[in-house]
Amino acid sequence: MNDYQPVIGLEIHVELKTFSKMFCQCPAFYFQKPPNTQVCPVCLGLPGALPVPNQKAIEWTILIGKALNCKINRFSKFDRKHYFYPDLPKGYQISQYDEPIAVDGRVEMISKDPTNHVSAKKIFRIRRVHLEEDTGKLIHAKNGTLVDFNRCGVPLVEIVTEPDFDNSDDVKAFLEELQVIIRYLGVSDADMEKGTMRMEPNISIKSQKSKVKSQNQVRLGKKLSNYKVEIKNINSFRFVKQAIDYEIKRQIEILKSGKIPTQETRGFNAEKQITYPQRTKEEAADYRYFPEPDIPSLVFTQEYIDSIKVPELPSQKIKRYIFDFGIRFEDAFILTRDKKVAEYFETIISNIKNQIAKLHIKNQNYKQIIANFIVNKKISTDLPVEEFINKVIEDLKPKEVDKGLLNEVIDKVLKNNPKPVKDYQKGKTNAIMFLVGQVMKEMKGKAEAKIVREEIERRINKE
Amino acid sequence: MFLGQPLLSILELIKKKEVSSKEVFDYFLKRIEKYNPKLNAYLTVNRSYKSDRSDKIEMPVAVKDNFCTKGIRTTASSKVLENFIPPYESTVTRRLIDAGAFILGKTNMDAWAHGSSTETSDFGPTKNPWDLARCPGGSSGGSAAAVSSYLVPAAIGSETAGSIRQPAAWSGVIGLKPTYGRVSRYGLIAMGSSLDCPGPLTLTTEDAAFILKIIAGKDKFDATTVSNKVPDYVSLLKKKRKFIIGITDEYLNGVDEEIKNAFYQLVKILEKLGHRIKKIKLLSPKYSISVYTIIQRAEVSSNLAKFDGIRYGNDRTFFGSEAKRRIMLGTYVLSYGYYDAYYKKAQKVRTLIIEDFKKVFQKVDMILAPTTPIPALKLGEFEKYPFFGEMMDVLNEPAAIAGICAINFPFGLTKKDNLPIGLQLMGRWFEEENILNLTYQIEKETDFLGVIRKGVKNYPD
Repeated sequence: MNDYQPVIGLEIHVELKTFSKMFCQCPAFYFQKPPNTQVCPVCLGLPGALPVPNQKAIEWTILIGKALNCKINRFSKFDRKHYFYPDLPKGYQISQYDEPIAVDGRVEMISKDPTNHVSAKKIFRIRRVHLEEDTGKLIHAKNGTLVDFNRCGVPLVEIVTEPDFDNSDDVKAFLEELQVIIRYLGVSDADMEKGTMRMEPNISIKSQKSKVKSQNQVRLGKKLSNYKVEIKNINSFRFVKQAIDYEIKRQIEILKSGKIPTQETRGFNAEKQITYPQRTKEEAADYRYFPEPDIPSLVFTQEYIDSIKVPELPSQKIKRYIFDFGIRFEDAFILTRDKKVAEYFETIISNIKNQIAKLHIKNQNYKQIIANFIVNKKISTDLPVEEFINKVIEDLKPKEVDKGLLNEVIDKVLKNNPKPVKDYQKGKTNAIMFLVGQVMKEMKGKAEAKIVREEIERRINKE
Repeated sequence: MFLGQPLLSILELIKKKEVSSKEVFDYFLKRIEKYNPKLNAYLTVNRSYKSDRSDKIEMPVAVKDNFCTKGIRTTASSKVLENFIPPYESTVTRRLIDAGAFILGKTNMDAWAHGSSTETSDFGPTKNPWDLARCPGGSSGGSAAAVSSYLVPAAIGSETAGSIRQPAAWSGVIGLKPTYGRVSRYGLIAMGSSLDCPGPLTLTTEDAAFILKIIAGKDKFDATTVSNKVPDYVSLLKKKRKFIIGITDEYLNGVDEEIKNAFYQLVKILEKLGHRIKKIKLLSPKYSISVYTIIQRAEVSSNLAKFDGIRYGNDRTFFGSEAKRRIMLGTYVLSYGYYDAYYKKAQKVRTLIIEDFKKVFQKVDMILAPTTPIPALKLGEFEKYPFFGEMMDVLNEPAAIAGICAINFPFGLTKKDNLPIGLQLMGRWFEEENILNLTYQIEKETDFLGVIRKGVKNYPD
């Protein structure tokens, strides 16, 4: 296995949730709309129709580029990418070829080392971010194939990574991080199941053995293998991992048998968890790219690029939560997965400041306590902030205990549960938790678990 | 009763209620019925004029069949679109209709505008009204012939490189190619997208100015239109302005003697009118041929890709041989490994041609040249030359490549065959008012040597 090193690069497509489509004024929202109702001469590619680029989509692509630490090109343009397919009504897709909006970015994956220090564990480079239009959809019916053009012309951002991945776990983690970032930016739902986020991994295997053969091959080996396999129709993060793992195994087996895998596009069958051949990979050459003459080149001023502001991203929030709030990495990570939750958390932190006295906590970090309530889902984050705070205050209040009632209940519980009592006496100290639970239940929460436990221990030990 | 009346005069008569729009419509319909079978200028005649609109002011205009007209069949003269009825209106026809135009019909053209003779039309060639054995030029040959024979007072054409000016020259009418980006291409079935320009073909300079004013201007549906202000071209005609006019030998090489003579005759008249004539140097138009051929074929191959047989009824087998040739050449120049050698290089030379014009326009206001090297050719001649259009349009291509504005006007007839001679003025980007102004002065001074009036007279009511 060590002789074979997987080399994985990703192409990720994200559908932007702009109000209108990329090059016309049709609504970009097409989900579950009756077929061919969100169309016009432009997105149907009728003779004579012309594309006019959506300013918002361009702005959002720059925003994504900035969030991924890319260099934003001051000069960019659209190109025509030609191929024939029934869901492509113009015979070409308007895309970007050699002057994409953003290039040379990177995503740092935040993690923690054993000393709870936060650091960038891994860096994955972004080769380019460009803007294009989505295609229509083919619907295979009994008596033929139908085309729905509702999706045709929806703005689509393509993010291409460098081939920096060598295992499926990193790919999955990266995609999850990317999804969170995109959602933070508010530019897409980035939903794999709905197809608003789609990804195609390119996988090849570097054979270490061949490296020693000649100088020439060392150089080649460092770059890429001389083939690659692209996998399509993967619609969940789980499947991404399955597909990559299967493909790595398949390719290594081929290489071990002394052959070289075919350069091709493969599909993923989620039921069987295998990939299967779809078509041999078309060379970029066949696309006959040339600058889209219907759209003037894009020239951005530095002021314009600067005016597009990236909000605080999840990795920055994690750092802030850890360093400023003193929260554990794991909790900071969970709190930042959904921007709404993070914002909710931050609102509570800021609103609760002048009510700390009511919390009855001595030297504990109230921020961590609030984090616990959210992370453990002890109080619903659907509640209005003030209600949430009231519940926290209520929950932390020392319980007034009816001593007489408590004793009665403990007597009853011990009597009714002889087995756990015996277990405890035999040394299974965990058995006490069941008894505590039973008492708490009977007391309807009007008791402190700590005190209940002490009382039960005292009773059993006395016997 | 209106024979030979330009569009603005007819409009005046309607406004004064001396005639109704309906009477005007019936008049031209009658003429079309009489002469179109011979000329084949119209592919589709719009008979939907309703008499209950007779109190409305509506002026008849014909439109080349590559402009989408909502509800009116639009074929671009190709069988591929034989049954295509657009569900939307082009910006040019929309603006005309909004300004009170009634689309009288759709005119014949070279299929997909591929050609300079209107002979590549899948619906038969249009005949030159001056000599039915000759072609009217193209690709806007139907529009040129319809205006020349007065089957309509004014028509819309489109030019990629010469397709307005060249048929206007061969058919003896005025043809204006505006600056690229001056007039919206939305709804114009694309040929060479970076070159295509809609423009008017008319009997008078005033009508050309009048129509340009209607159709010009920024269009939110065409990102290549510019927001430069649209001046009132008609009123700007009337000012007697003096210009510096450039002439160059590069545009006279190989030009027919009679056309050259007409050119020099006009030079003298212009000097007499107080304009300054200045000899200039320009890149030879021959460079534009290669640049134009590569860029246009590349764009054609891309623009026709949508006719893949899935929509529009007729599949790719309905393409004529000229379209097939262009698709193949365009596909080739865009192929991997050839793109740099052809398309990219062509774009670089295009930049040089633009720079060349910029330099010249620092010294002169406009350039005077013949529009075509020879007068109208006989039908069938084009088949002898694989690059027929490029050769007939050699003097038109530099302006198209540079995107500047240019206008053809008739200037006399050849003694040999009694065929119209066309000369052209090429102006700076977005300075249509200047070339129109000088054309108007020439019209007032010479009446274009009577060509337009004679042309109409050949087709009595």
